[in-house]
Amino acid sequence: MNPLVTTLIAVVAIALIGFFGTAFGAGPDTGQTTQQATNWTAISMFAGFVIITLGITKWAAARTRSVADFYTAGGGITGFQNGLAIAGDYMSAASFLGISGLVFANGFDGLIFSIGWLVGWPVLTFLMAERLRNLGKFTFADVASYRFAQTPLRSFAATGTLVVVAFYMIAQMVGAGQLIKILFGLEYIYAVILVGVIMMMYVLFGGMTATTWVQIIKAVLLLGGATFMAIMVLLQFGFSPEALFAKAVEVKTGLAAATGKSAEEAAKAGASIMAPGGLITDPISAISVGMALMFGTAGLPHILMRFFTVPTAKEARKSVAWATTWIGYFYILTFIIGFGAIVNLIPNPGEYFVNGDLAKGLNGGGNMAAVHLANAVGGNVFLGFISAVAFATILAVVAGLTLSGASAVSHDLYASVWRHGNVDSDTELRVSKITTVALGIVAVLLGILFEKQNVAFMVMLAFTIAASANFPVLFMSVLWKNCTTTGAVVGGTVGLIMSVVLTVLSPGVWEATLGNPKGSAWFPYSTPAVFSITAAFVTIWIVSLLDRSARAQKERALYPDQMTRSETGVGAAEASAH
Amino acid sequence: MSVEAWGQIRSNPKFQTFVKKRNRYSIIMSVLVIFAYFGFILLIAFDKAFLAQQIVPGGVMSLGIPLGVGVILFTIVLTWIYVRRANTEFDAEAEAILEESTK
Repeated sequence: MNPLVTTLIAVVAIALIGFFGTAFGAGPDTGQTTQQATNWTAISMFAGFVIITLGITKWAAARTRSVADFYTAGGGITGFQNGLAIAGDYMSAASFLGISGLVFANGFDGLIFSIGWLVGWPVLTFLMAERLRNLGKFTFADVASYRFAQTPLRSFAATGTLVVVAFYMIAQMVGAGQLIKILFGLEYIYAVILVGVIMMMYVLFGGMTATTWVQIIKAVLLLGGATFMAIMVLLQFGFSPEALFAKAVEVKTGLAAATGKSAEEAAKAGASIMAPGGLITDPISAISVGMALMFGTAGLPHILMRFFTVPTAKEARKSVAWATTWIGYFYILTFIIGFGAIVNLIPNPGEYFVNGDLAKGLNGGGNMAAVHLANAVGGNVFLGFISAVAFATILAVVAGLTLSGASAVSHDLYASVWRHGNVDSDTELRVSKITTVALGIVAVLLGILFEKQNVAFMVMLAFTIAASANFPVLFMSVLWKNCTTTGAVVGGTVGLIMSVVLTVLSPGVWEATLGNPKGSAWFPYSTPAVFSITAAFVTIWIVSLLDRSARAQKERALYPDQMTRSETGVGAAEASAH
Repeated sequence: MSVEAWGQIRSNPKFQTFVKKRNRYSIIMSVLVIFAYFGFILLIAFDKAFLAQQIVPGGVMSLGIPLGVGVILFTIVLTWIYVRRANTEFDAEAEAILEESTK
């Protein structure tokens, strides 16, 4: 056995012991969420998940010899497996706990976000999937820079990747820390370090092979657990959605009446969960959020990277079809789970609410609806299972993010920009492993740094940047013959800067996070996506048309060959044989 | 080697027709999804009462819920329709064109 692997397994073992050890002397509450009693069932189930996935990592380590193995598992993943892995990469704890929590609170409104998170997939399938597979090798920068000057374009793409990864990562790490306090009854900092170390082991030793299997296992556990919960809920109502909804309206009406509302007002409050409420107010925000979610999916580097793990365009298409199916199915489940939580939790305030008081909210906060429902329908063991799965979910997402950040540094910045492609596989592999360790440390530090911050806007910001910087550059470079290096880099940069600056000036950050008075935000809408995406496309278009340089002429002349390869796959990177 | 093959493929008029046909299909499918989704979002922004109305008078099920779940199912079904056609009909056609062009 590789001595390094042995050492690191020992390190994790020690970390786990330390982690169990400290559980006895649960420290003072330091964050926004309250630490709960230590949950041994959940901790043992999570430990089981970690042991199994580390076993897989050991198996994968023996198969990770070249850069192709590390970045793309040698291109040997099947469409069905990749579909599950994409779903595992995409279904975050935020979408599981957050959406079911939103449904628990507001009913119908939860559905709006679910749909937004799903509709990017078909667009990615119809317009990009096979072109990505036919043009790319390891990163989406391979595709975007296919006929362009390598240094500027890859520098831009790597920046776009790292910025998106950073914001997405912060949200995941802070989420992990908050969750562990509630789910396992352990301290914030242990969660952050544990996620950092275990994730680093998956990526460092097992590369894409281990990351893929971690994501597949997590997807299966999450889908299985959510299916069980939804079935148990529907079983209570003889599989009649109408009966479930009727009971939920009745419970919510009773809740409103108990807080002193008149019968008429209470009935109105009860019925409101069946209709759109305050989530979407002005049409501009509605369209803007919709565009960020729809096109952001097609610009997330850790998702795009998964298209290079399959051998052919046929398998790439199958992957997204399966991914869309699982993700869509999962969102329907979260909707049922949210309603199940209404009918199961609100009638039992003593068990699930702070001090048994309905007005004080759920124990552990509104995002815990699905977790408490697990207890209500499956008892303590199932509660442990769902808690462990929620935490494993974060691990799988963070591993995918780290791998994509590491490949942007080693493949795009180091091998292509710095060494102009003159680098052997072993050196590039070493650089990607060093980067993985560095990113792991950065992730832990960011998790600690942002502990007390409100990070709710960060996932949306990551989607906005992906939609406004990465997606327009990728789309135009692949589909528009007149696009040039200068046009792509300038346009993408405009999209990147606009999305960050306007997000900071929007109410969600300027008022809710930075604490400025209400109404003082410079930018009135929830996300700038509609403006930043448009600005990026228009800038790419104008700057490319004005670009009269010799390089631009050459790049336009290369388009027909690129188009032929992207449409047929002739000359595409082959899967490396084992 | 590839460069030569690309040139041969491109000079085959069947290839041009094929690419146009497949791209038109991709765009139509994309537009359908975009219309379904933004139609739903704009309905929420402009006409909440329409979505709030009960399907069966006296029941609780509102029109918005089957419509929303419908958008999810529509998205999944459309993706499979596209993938099925691309993986059988289009791939077979592309392969025939490649063989004919690079003979």
